[in-house]
Amino acid sequence: MSLRTCRRQNRGGIELFSGKGLPMSGVRVLVGTRKGAFVLSADGGREKWDISGPHFAGWEIYHVKGSPADPDRLYASQTSGWFGQVIQRSDDGGGTWAPVGNEFSYDGTPGTHQWYDGTPHPWEFARVWHLEPAPDDPDTVYAGVEDAGLFRSADGGQHWQELPGLRGHSSGPSWQPGAGGMCLHTIILDGPDRIYAAISAAGAFRSDDAGQTWRPVNHGLHSEGIPDPAAEVGHCVHRIAMHPSRPSVLYMQKHWDVMRSDDAGESWREVSGDLPTDFGFPIDVHAHEPETVYVVPITSDSHHFPPEGKLRVYRSRTGGEEWEPLTKGLPQEHCYVNVLRDAMAVDSLDDCGIYFGTTGGQVYASADAGDTWEPIVRDLPAVLSVEVQTLS
Amino acid sequence: MIRVILPAHLRTLARVDGEVHLDVAGQVTQGSVLDALEARYPMLRGTIRDHRSGRRRAFVRFFACQQDLSHEPPEAPLPEPVASGAEPYLIVGAMAGG
Repeated sequence: MSLRTCRRQNRGGIELFSGKGLPMSGVRVLVGTRKGAFVLSADGGREKWDISGPHFAGWEIYHVKGSPADPDRLYASQTSGWFGQVIQRSDDGGGTWAPVGNEFSYDGTPGTHQWYDGTPHPWEFARVWHLEPAPDDPDTVYAGVEDAGLFRSADGGQHWQELPGLRGHSSGPSWQPGAGGMCLHTIILDGPDRIYAAISAAGAFRSDDAGQTWRPVNHGLHSEGIPDPAAEVGHCVHRIAMHPSRPSVLYMQKHWDVMRSDDAGESWREVSGDLPTDFGFPIDVHAHEPETVYVVPITSDSHHFPPEGKLRVYRSRTGGEEWEPLTKGLPQEHCYVNVLRDAMAVDSLDDCGIYFGTTGGQVYASADAGDTWEPIVRDLPAVLSVEVQTLS
Repeated sequence: MIRVILPAHLRTLARVDGEVHLDVAGQVTQGSVLDALEARYPMLRGTIRDHRSGRRRAFVRFFACQQDLSHEPPEAPLPEPVASGAEPYLIVGAMAGG
């Protein structure tokens, strides 16, 4: 980064100052797609965008995320059915990249989980779904992988060690993969000790000792597709979101149902309210309004497209139950794309920006908290993930 | 000198153009060639064979002298024309959709 940087705050990134000391602002949107990564950059107005990419062309980029402690430090999960897993790291905000460590070996003897046919199946590493850099150290980053496990690197991604307590939970041998594989897709770091993780299709888990031990936090979830709809584990959680100012409040998009917990996952209640459908994948929270939540309703688990062919983000300003469709600038006819679980993000500029990407290759941005939308790009490969860094 | 031809994606990852030339001490086997390749280009570790087991990734194939050597054991000597550098050792991404 050519600008002199000055750290002002942790949440939302770094304030930038030009050489003349004038405050600058901007955003950097990190997009992972089926065929490469793209970096979309704009100033605080979020009207004119610079597009770079494809980085790692031809590879699936499941996730790209920047360090809250150093916005120039980015991590990317690069995968291929042919050549396996690569982790890329950038130290200059995505200008250049270098591969780092890619050995994800389960701790000890991996054991088995349950396969689709009910038989025991050895844990096998497939790919990294999600990378979560630590808030206070650019060299510490967590990785959620398929088959579900949580790994951590403390040296900038060079070496990875499993936190085996999660996979080693007594329920582990009963976990089964969802249709997309048995992935650990959500990692939420809350302070030095508390970590949330969510697994399809095992459910949500919480650690209060920095990942050493874990317990399921699924009480209140109800899933018709499993033998005991209220089972302790086995729920197909799609995504969990938390606002850092209210860490005991969690929002969840489950396979079906939008859920809320006010006690750090100890119990959940449904807040789907008046949504047209409560199936979906992403869920996110406004940067400055912890009761303002966003989802993208999808018709059903067999119709992975928006109801009526209308792409609508729904916003609740009441922490759920009451939802309003946000449609200005989004296609309201003949739209049959999906929005995947990691493909929505919010910036923390004063006017909170919302971003999401579609399986049709569009990345939409709203610079006014969802009131209006514009596509940043329309024709990327299918979007797997969207993250945003606030450079202000 | 052993000549190795990588698939395009791995050339990009290793930042090489064209063939890779390797010096391999001792007997020239698939295993010793891959060891030398990964020592020169550590970013290729895990992309051709498993880190720990050394097992070839399912969609990677090894060809040389118009032969498919993919199912040969790692300690099997490579054909003399490969060992002498007359013929390249090909690491191939299997033809598959995507």
